[in-house]
Amino acid sequence: MREDEGEGGHDEGTVDNVSDLTKNPKPPVEELPPSETPWQESLRLFRKDRLAVAGAYVLLLLLLTAVFGKVLTEWVVVFDPEVVRLPEKFLPPLTVSSPDEISAHDRPFGGIYLLGTDELGRDVFARMLQGSFVSLSIGFIAVGISLAIGILLGGLSGFYGNVRLGVVTVDTLIMRFTDVMLCFPTFFLILTVVALLPPSIYNIMIVIGLTSWMGTARFVRAEFLALRKQDFVVAATSIGARDRRVIFAHMVPNAIAPVLVSATIGVATAILTESGLSFLGFGVQPPYATWGNILADGKGFIFDAPWLFFIPGMAILVVVLAFNLVGEGLREALNPKLRRR
Amino acid sequence: MQAFILRNVLQRLLLVFIVSILAHSVIHLAPGEPSEVDPANPRMKPEDIAKIREAFHLDAPLYMQYAYWIRDLASGELKSFKDSQPVLGKIWRRFLNSLPLFICATLLVWTLAFPTGIQAAMHRGAVYDRTTTFAAYTLISVPGFFLSYIVILWVVDLFGVPVIGLKTFGMELAPPLFQTMDRIWHLVIPSLMSALGGMAILSRYVRSQMLEVVGQDYVRTARAKGATEDVVIYRHALRNALLPFVTMFGFLLPGLIGGSVIFEQIFAWPGLGRLGYEAILARDFPVILTLNFIAAVLTLAGTLLSDILYAVVDPRIRTGLQGDG
Repeated sequence: MREDEGEGGHDEGTVDNVSDLTKNPKPPVEELPPSETPWQESLRLFRKDRLAVAGAYVLLLLLLTAVFGKVLTEWVVVFDPEVVRLPEKFLPPLTVSSPDEISAHDRPFGGIYLLGTDELGRDVFARMLQGSFVSLSIGFIAVGISLAIGILLGGLSGFYGNVRLGVVTVDTLIMRFTDVMLCFPTFFLILTVVALLPPSIYNIMIVIGLTSWMGTARFVRAEFLALRKQDFVVAATSIGARDRRVIFAHMVPNAIAPVLVSATIGVATAILTESGLSFLGFGVQPPYATWGNILADGKGFIFDAPWLFFIPGMAILVVVLAFNLVGEGLREALNPKLRRR
Repeated sequence: MQAFILRNVLQRLLLVFIVSILAHSVIHLAPGEPSEVDPANPRMKPEDIAKIREAFHLDAPLYMQYAYWIRDLASGELKSFKDSQPVLGKIWRRFLNSLPLFICATLLVWTLAFPTGIQAAMHRGAVYDRTTTFAAYTLISVPGFFLSYIVILWVVDLFGVPVIGLKTFGMELAPPLFQTMDRIWHLVIPSLMSALGGMAILSRYVRSQMLEVVGQDYVRTARAKGATEDVVIYRHALRNALLPFVTMFGFLLPGLIGGSVIFEQIFAWPGLGRLGYEAILARDFPVILTLNFIAAVLTLAGTLLSDILYAVVDPRIRTGLQGDG
């Protein structure tokens, strides 16, 4: 078990632009001083990956949608996701609401259902808008929790690993605990805990976060172990810098790249997990709409109202795909093996 | 070597113990008890609830409940809260149902992911590579049940493939050959759907492993000495690229329980995942606990197996001369 831990999670990336480099060999370093910072270099590498750039634009759009969704469905109610209009159930997308059936107060914005209505006559567009914020915040908060735990435990284990607590070292203690957590089948564990706890959106975020930090902890530890031997860390320690400074000023910035990658992919996983939980009936409960539970509710009307199923399904697919592509693009762009060759 | 195996086994036994305690406390500390499943039932009087609690030892302190659980599990007398059937027998029957699905899906994953990944690595940047890359990411990103529902809509009309359950109802009297064929026919779509995600992930991993290895000196040496491209790729590169996949065997086994909940639910497949789901709905603690525990033991057994295999196939680890990575 020990032997394979040192490799970290991030270096399985590929050396994608070796062929460009061999075709146009760079001039020797002494003629051309480095003209860009490492971050600029990463950005340039990232821009070359067209799929990842497209993903980044989708995410930007999603972020705007989520913010506007929050504003327009809850604070300044333009699209009300909770209005029930029983005379206008199961209307396909782009149907105009009829003024005879629906009072002016309950009519959708512009009098048109952009994405149709569901089994209670609720405006699917308004629900998707509301759901974009909820889905995204589930992803972000769950990943935030898992990163916090992962970085804390991984960092402790990597930096103070040799400190002894009685018979065992800190490293043994933390890494054995990580192994124990890795033993549980994640989705089944999440399902068990979510089903036993009272249904609440916060419980879902917390449980997903608490069960997905192990990967982060392991590669942060591997990064820290590798960094501790580096000259700049040894130098900082030897001029008497305090541990806190060594860790936060010198080691964390150098270990952050793989964390960023796994965070991006983690958000995607969390959104998928939430939709899986919704499918099994343990997802976010009403009145919150998430893309996962709109999709799970829509599966019952797949023949009568296919838009209730395909719209949230495609939305989840596109967004999760965008997160994954951006994550992979970052992994390639931040891969130190690509640098300065 | 023996010392290595012994040390690993002992370490893992300790882990099994910790896992069992953790699993037990997670489930019992969470609010909600089996006696509260049906609080609206007017026929449940407080004394009935007390009787149930006593019968299931739910009134005992937590460490005693743990002791009861371990004792019953070890003696095979552990009974389900729901129907008082022996838990191990229940799990074993469901395991036999899950096994063919698991084997088919795993075979599909491993036989299709490797050629796809190797081809993609060999033609890096070409249309084939970009298509498979995009397809793989799409498969990773799509909610499993969304894709399955679309496929069900499509294949049932087109090919008449069954998508519900293990076998056709009323086939018990048919000749054994027909029964077997019926069962295999029922396996097709569920195993394909549960394999797709794993296939996508594994083929990406194969691709990056191959790319890593193809850049190594010994591959260049093999080319330089005039070996044909097939020999270079399959004898020199692939054999070294395969090493990390040995460790992945360890993560296969627990997929038997955890990875299958959603797919068994979609296809009404009476396997382990669905058993777990039903147990969760009924707050059937012994079944949930035992399933979690078995999954953990399977994981540990899997990692032990892969550690040993790794040491067997990789001389650098066997002799402890592994470099810094």
